[in-house]
Amino acid sequence: MFELYRPGDSFLHRMRPGAKLLALAGGGTAIFLLPGLPALGAVMLAVLMIYGATGLGLGAAWAQLRPVLIIFAVLFAAQVFISGWMTGAFFITRFATLLMLAGLLTLTTRVSDMVAALEHGLEWLRPLGLNPSKISLALALALRFIPVLAQITSEVREAQRVRGLDRSIIAIAIPVIVRTLRMSDAIADAIEARGYNPDRP
Amino acid sequence: MTSATAAISFDRVSHAFGDKPVLRDISLTLKEKRIAIVGANGSGKSTFARMINGLQLPDQGRVTVAGLDTAKDGKAVRQHVGFVFQNPDNQIVFPIVEEDIAFGMKNLGLKKPEIETKTAEMLARYGLEGHRTHPAHLLSGGQKQLLAISGVLVMAPEVIVFDEPTTLLDLRNKMRVAEAIEALDQTAIVVTHDLDLIAGFDRVIVFDDGRVLADDAPSPALARYVEAMTGV
Repeated sequence: MFELYRPGDSFLHRMRPGAKLLALAGGGTAIFLLPGLPALGAVMLAVLMIYGATGLGLGAAWAQLRPVLIIFAVLFAAQVFISGWMTGAFFITRFATLLMLAGLLTLTTRVSDMVAALEHGLEWLRPLGLNPSKISLALALALRFIPVLAQITSEVREAQRVRGLDRSIIAIAIPVIVRTLRMSDAIADAIEARGYNPDRP
Repeated sequence: MTSATAAISFDRVSHAFGDKPVLRDISLTLKEKRIAIVGANGSGKSTFARMINGLQLPDQGRVTVAGLDTAKDGKAVRQHVGFVFQNPDNQIVFPIVEEDIAFGMKNLGLKKPEIETKTAEMLARYGLEGHRTHPAHLLSGGQKQLLAISGVLVMAPEVIVFDEPTTLLDLRNKMRVAEAIEALDQTAIVVTHDLDLIAGFDRVIVFDDGRVLADDAPSPALARYVEAMTGV
């Protein structure tokens, strides 16, 4: 499972969340514009050096990639089949670098600080009818409930396995979706009960 | 933290989900410090509890808290009444423990130093100091429920409604949550099937098919409840 904030005092921990979000957006775009594997490899190395410099360590970088290794394997195999080894390696290096770059943000920034930065940064959307407070709360909820959804999926998978349905994606997906929808109603109630007001100044 | 009590009043309240009536012409005033709501599944007790802080509005009749109508002044009512849900996983909004405790206080517009002080107090009160910066999903069931209670308590409500707070917990965590409820300065209204939890309460209201079957001290009210459930 992906990791969240790790307390620390590195330059990245001290950097303003808004600046980190902008840097991630810029860095992510640049990664997609890089022309070849050597340049991409150099950026990946730089990202790994930042993990070292911030005290997070290479283990934290690896932890960002571990949950998606199977997806990487499937994508790599597909790319190799369609376009060859070099394209496959380029594709996977690009996504791995992007994931590790994003990990630097979540590992060094409290979600509440990110939410506050997003609310401030997206204020310009308000005249267009979008509510920055709702958008930033959605981000917090996504980070909060990814592990909960994983747990629900695991519970449903176990329940189906004992009934002999261990290979049916539909048998797992439908109860997960139903439970998730029920949970979303309960979460909406809880947010309301805790005095959330998206229109507060 | 306040210990003042906001009077809660149900005036001829009825409610239905579709064709199924869940509350039928309920009139009650709640003033006691510890009130339990019991009843069979589907008897209307959770709907009754949700009406206290305006999560559910009545089809007919009126619910007031400290003179505020839940249908008209929902936001103000929720400053008087906190709500702890059965499953803490559905109540914890932020991924990190300290951030979740701070969520309600931010909604109240408190400043950062006050939020930090109150968060630290609450973490110490429930033995969660060591989990301050931990992901909430890694806590045990009891710790999650204590975190959920902390998130409500820091908003300093006068009344806290608990909807089956011990249902998903093992014995040890059940006891921790029961102790936490017992130690509250606030009025506690507890919906539960856990009859041990409410033995020392001031008042027990028994619901059956949307009506009040008994409204009394724990012993006579629970005797009436057991009689209705078992026929003995």
